[in-house]
Amino acid sequence: MALVTARLNRKRLWPYILLAPGLIWLMAFFVTPIYQLLTTSTQTPGVNIGDYIQTYRFANFIDAIVGARAQFLRSFEYAFIATVLGLLISYPLAYAIAFKSGRWKNTLLVLVVAPFFTSFLLRTVAWQQILGEQGLVIKVLRGVHLLGATGHLTATPFAVVAGLTYNFLPFMTLPLYASLERIDPRTMEASGDLYANAFTTFRKVTLPLSMPGVVAGTLLTFIPAAGDYINAELLGNPSTKMIGNVIDARYLRIVDYPGAAALSFILMATILVMVMLYIRKAGTEELL
Amino acid sequence: MTDASTSAHGDVILSHLTKSFGDFVAVDDLSLVIPEGSFFALLGPSGCGKTTTLRMIAGLEEPTSGTINIGKTDITYQKPYQRPVNTVFQNYALFPHLSIFENIAFGLRRRGIKDVKEQVDKVLNLVELPHLAERKPNQLSGGQQQRIALARAIVNRPALLLLDEPLGALDLKLRRQMQIELKWIQTEVGLTFVHVTHDQEEAMTMADTIAVMNEGQIEQMGSPADLYDNPETAFVANFLGQSNLIKGLIESSDGGSNIVSIFGHKISMPKSRSHAEDASVLVGVRPEKFRIQPAGTQMSGNILNGGVISDVSYIGVSTQYQVEMPWKQELMVFEQNDDGVPPLNKGDAVTLSWEPIFTFGLDGKEDASAGSEAHPDED
Repeated sequence: MALVTARLNRKRLWPYILLAPGLIWLMAFFVTPIYQLLTTSTQTPGVNIGDYIQTYRFANFIDAIVGARAQFLRSFEYAFIATVLGLLISYPLAYAIAFKSGRWKNTLLVLVVAPFFTSFLLRTVAWQQILGEQGLVIKVLRGVHLLGATGHLTATPFAVVAGLTYNFLPFMTLPLYASLERIDPRTMEASGDLYANAFTTFRKVTLPLSMPGVVAGTLLTFIPAAGDYINAELLGNPSTKMIGNVIDARYLRIVDYPGAAALSFILMATILVMVMLYIRKAGTEELL
Repeated sequence: MTDASTSAHGDVILSHLTKSFGDFVAVDDLSLVIPEGSFFALLGPSGCGKTTTLRMIAGLEEPTSGTINIGKTDITYQKPYQRPVNTVFQNYALFPHLSIFENIAFGLRRRGIKDVKEQVDKVLNLVELPHLAERKPNQLSGGQQQRIALARAIVNRPALLLLDEPLGALDLKLRRQMQIELKWIQTEVGLTFVHVTHDQEEAMTMADTIAVMNEGQIEQMGSPADLYDNPETAFVANFLGQSNLIKGLIESSDGGSNIVSIFGHKISMPKSRSHAEDASVLVGVRPEKFRIQPAGTQMSGNILNGGVISDVSYIGVSTQYQVEMPWKQELMVFEQNDDGVPPLNKGDAVTLSWEPIFTFGLDGKEDASAGSEAHPDED
């Protein structure tokens, strides 16, 4: 009897043993920093620059929002546009790879992941060249008079959004591909067989069945894009600053730790709420 | 949608239908008429072109040449959604994100039919699953999914219902039950059913007419009894049930019968069942048509002497014997266990006999083993 109980106990322990490495990691590198962030966010300046003492000043949050309202809104706006563009580019791409690529499937998948072989930073710098004065893009746009002779692309909102869209494209494409690939092509044939034309089949069968990929892809794009500061830094101008740039500046240049912490926390909380609302809607298929 | 086509009805007519994939000809100049209201089976081993034929009728594959008509309407190049044809797919292809009700309502809604609820309820009752309307497909058993797939197709009352190996994923017992049920439903709704299968028993249980396909062509078409009792080719003789095919020579004719010499034995074969082109013939006898007795017993009908039992399997309802003949051919004999006589033993010398009317004759140039290797594995 005692032996049986011991074995049962060990059985019950196993899941925890398996979870332990991840939990310890999360405790050390997520929960602890978040806690520190929270405590920092209500501190006020001390005597010396960089000195802060805990005074539980929750007004820091209000100050932070008021001070960076424009950048907050801009971040969500850019992230939203980049996500929508990413979806419009990635969906056909993922669809083609999943259903039409034949023996090229693996090659195409490698190409989707290929940007990861160079660093995020380098790729963004490369976009300065692509959109720069000597680049092909600007020559073509000027050639067809979409852009005036003095018009430029670098240091514009366009460049920032283009950079964001590009940089997070694999995060959109891969989940979309994964969920499209899992669809039994016969369900699409069945839809055609049941009097649905190609467009209705897409709307009623393919798209709903790929929703898990759409949700995952848009989240994996929107969340990091909303917090990104590299693209705005390298491809933007002072009026395209995103919330990431503000936090970066407060931490490293202004040395306003509480302000930066409050902004970080607000950003995180806002995204969390948005994501929860989004997932709830997506789950009930209201997004269609 | 397209009223002209959804109202099309009549016999399904395939003429000179051909489909090639590169160098491979999957369906080769196939012509056939499927009478309206019949239960028609396309039977053949995998790769014989039966599924390609079905997919062309459904519109999922475009023929390389030839035409498909339903009655007077040419549907060869219509899109799948324009055809008055519905399909029960292999593995069912139910929409996993929709409830059973919405799965069945799918076709009705696309065509803008008004009384969706009423029609779906009716067909759910027909397949005896009205209580599952709100479930999702993955909450159903295989047999239930099969019935829903059927319901989803027949609710549209198509001119033609296609069934692609519909019972392949079910276990044997459920398959038997569904065979009977499908046949009943077909009679009930009165639609034309075209059923593709590699399972000869399934085809024979359900279909009024079977077309046996091999290498993209139809070997023979007819009622199950026709095909079984009077096969025209070695492929059909071996693919539908089992056959003993023995080389012989037609020597003379006696009224309605031919007299055939088989390694010195004279046997009689009805002319109406002989498909030999000249004197050389393969004499066919089904294993259960043989009677088997110890050598020396007085027997009537066609008689083959000199057999020795080389193997005995007792399988309950019958005993199966392998009998080696003097010309070194093994013949199969199935004997019903209904006479209270204990089975014969291995090594016994025996005489085989059968009623002459059960004899069929195939052309002597045929490969006697054609189709016997084609029996697919049970899946």
